[in-house]
Amino acid sequence: MSAPAGDLRQRRQRARNWALLTVLLGLVALIYVIAIVRMGGG
Amino acid sequence: MSDVAISVAADDAAEAGARIRDFVLLLKPRVMSLVVFSGFAGLMVAPGDLHPVLAAVAILCIAVGSGAAGAINMWYDRDIDAVMARTCARPIPAGRVDPNEAVSFGIVLAIGSVTLMGLAVNWLAAGLLAAAIAYYVLVYTIWLKRRTPQNIVIGGAAGAFPPLIGWAAVTGSVGLAPIALFLLIFMWTPPHFWALALYRAGDYAKAGIPMLPVVAGAGATKLQMLVYTVLLLPLGLAPWVLGITGAFYGLTAAVLGALFIVAAVRVLYDSGERAARQMFAFSILYLFLLFTVLILDRAPGLLGGTLT
Repeated sequence: MSAPAGDLRQRRQRARNWALLTVLLGLVALIYVIAIVRMGGG
Repeated sequence: MSDVAISVAADDAAEAGARIRDFVLLLKPRVMSLVVFSGFAGLMVAPGDLHPVLAAVAILCIAVGSGAAGAINMWYDRDIDAVMARTCARPIPAGRVDPNEAVSFGIVLAIGSVTLMGLAVNWLAAGLLAAAIAYYVLVYTIWLKRRTPQNIVIGGAAGAFPPLIGWAAVTGSVGLAPIALFLLIFMWTPPHFWALALYRAGDYAKAGIPMLPVVAGAGATKLQMLVYTVLLLPLGLAPWVLGITGAFYGLTAAVLGALFIVAAVRVLYDSGERAARQMFAFSILYLFLLFTVLILDRAPGLLGGTLT
């Protein structure tokens, strides 16, 4: 594989990892808030 | 930081932005806005209280579930989307998103939204959300869309689920009022889509989709559109007749329903595309205005208290 193609793939992988991390952190925060609300009888 | 590193970081950001934009487009954001709005109306009209955080979660789940169905639909329809001018720039036919990535994305979002709805709100709302997604994907997209000109009539039920889901999220049950809202959207869908299909008939014919104007011709379609708009008028009034809204809503529904019929009559006598384009635009306005008044009517201290 040529260097630019490998570089592009690596960049895409990095972008995907950051997006996944953001989504997972958002989901953790959301489930935490839901748990607090439901435990409070909401 | 060197110039090269800054340049690579900027490229990374631009690349990530473009990728995110393509994945957002897979969710059909314009369809999603109407789905979210009608779901919110169901939530507002329902008697009872739901914690604001849980209400927001319910709306989020409806939005994500709708987007998931849209992504799976785009994956399945990628061959015909590539043929039609209206859809050829979508992320999959344009080659910007891999079909396998798109369908995986859709399935993960569908499972995630239904599970979150069940755990955070209730399992009836989750079941209805799952049914809506399955109906859109299996019944409309895979079964009916390419087989019958009644595709949008039967398949349109998928888009009518959101008020039911919103109502079920608050009450944990389904009653006559949300079924009336379901029927309202169900009856609104055919004239809405056929107005679009009238001026996109060539596109649909090229892709081999048996939309009514392609199969039965413009005249028969226009007549059926008029029939549906006439049937829609009493359904628009149903929430007022059932006593879940006040007189202001009833008046608005009557005026909007009459205007929708006028639009259908204009389409019937128009040999060009202009009236059909205007009717398509008005159909979206019709639903937005009707549900806006429905929400305002139920808001404490607003219309409901003064004009009933």
